[in-house]
Amino acid sequence: MTRRPGGSRLGRVHVWIAAGLALTGMAQMPIFKRYYIADLPGLGWLADYYLTNKLHYALAAALLAVMGFAAARWLRDWRFHRRLTPLGLVRVALLAGLALSGGLRVLKNRPELAFDPLTVMLVDWTHLGLAVLLGIVALAAVLTGRSHYASPDS
Amino acid sequence: MTTKSRVPLSRRGFLKALGLGGLTLLAPGAAGAGTKGSDRELVTVLDLSKCVGCGACVAACREGNAAKFPEPVKPFPEMFPARSKPEDWSDRRDVDDRLTPYNWLYIQSAEVEWKGETVAVNIPRRCLHCVNPPCANLCPWGAAGKQADGIVRINDTVCLGGAKCRDVCPWRIPQRQTGVGLYLKLLPRFGGNGVMYKCDRCHELVARGESPRCIAACPYGVQSIGPRSEMIARARDLARGMDGFLYGLTENGGTNTIYVSPVPFDLLDAALTEARATGPGRPHLGTVADSMADESNLAWATLLAPVAGVAAGVLGLAARTGKDKEDGHD
Repeated sequence: MTRRPGGSRLGRVHVWIAAGLALTGMAQMPIFKRYYIADLPGLGWLADYYLTNKLHYALAAALLAVMGFAAARWLRDWRFHRRLTPLGLVRVALLAGLALSGGLRVLKNRPELAFDPLTVMLVDWTHLGLAVLLGIVALAAVLTGRSHYASPDS
Repeated sequence: MTTKSRVPLSRRGFLKALGLGGLTLLAPGAAGAGTKGSDRELVTVLDLSKCVGCGACVAACREGNAAKFPEPVKPFPEMFPARSKPEDWSDRRDVDDRLTPYNWLYIQSAEVEWKGETVAVNIPRRCLHCVNPPCANLCPWGAAGKQADGIVRINDTVCLGGAKCRDVCPWRIPQRQTGVGLYLKLLPRFGGNGVMYKCDRCHELVARGESPRCIAACPYGVQSIGPRSEMIARARDLARGMDGFLYGLTENGGTNTIYVSPVPFDLLDAALTEARATGPGRPHLGTVADSMADESNLAWATLLAPVAGVAAGVLGLAARTGKDKEDGHD
């Protein structure tokens, strides 16, 4: 039996969505044009702040759907014969933090709501910091061959 | 000028659905039918039929805000890659015919033919303080923010000068000064390029209940400021009285600056464009759609997606796929 709950298909979907979020998230910073990346054929869209922001929203929705699915399956089935690995637990916590801080940013971007500017800045920095941490932890997990989130109960 | 008939999302319903009802404490109430924004937000109304272009507002702004203007460190750090150019206004501080880091308000002048007459209109231009400002929403660093009183400010101690706020602003209002700000303490060669500056509507005065300097200094009473619903009503009354037109009420989804003019704004915009009086640092008067409308709609997707995911998981819609894969190997 594989140690990856949900199977490799769900894992691949998760990885591609996360990669898209990382790319469109980085595109929120004015770096792709400055460093000529958006000049590469087919990558001009990376310098379009509005487009990449909308893609970030759409990919966030997709990731939240995957997270919701995985959470429901965990509570329904997987938790009875699996347990989270230490690196899996860390990544789940980071993903939850990213979802929360991103959700607050989505709320803030609605015209009906006004958050204090300092709160917004802290949310921004938290979101950015958590994304960097998740990237580091995910890289460490892959490099050490422990990329699975859960393992079978022994 | 028409008002978009866009039905706003119910704030209470949206928050209730997210289980974040407590945030409604931060949320403003509605003001003005068909418009966004709250009555805690202050709106300025500019009666352009009264403006003679004397420049008293510009002088008061420059003098009163001088302490906020940048004092850059020179020489500027050499930036990498070479396409990143410094923007330096520190040797041209007296420029007052456009927006600069040292001039947050200037006056556009246009002449148009209207109803058989030549009408000259002077238009004080500065940040419009959008109700849902893309500069604040899209700043990746949280340096730009909107206050509860509707003032949109850039925090000059945090801004890195990437100029994204200018790129996403429909009027390209914020202006950059290189050689100042936080980026000098981080990686000045490789990231950032100074600080962005624009009108902060004299936030320190407004916080004390006083009027911004441009309003107080105007000898002709061109501008007035007050709660949103009150000022929207005032602008509409003014427009009715002069058979005039509004700009700023619905532009970019609504702003906290409303111009009232005796002539149509599309004519003014055309005249400014023809006179080459629009461009960098010289905002247009054209129609502007709501920059954040798509994001507002996509917010629903981020709300519904996890619900759909949970439902799929609970109902086991993908259980067979998952089970099949679990029984196999990665």
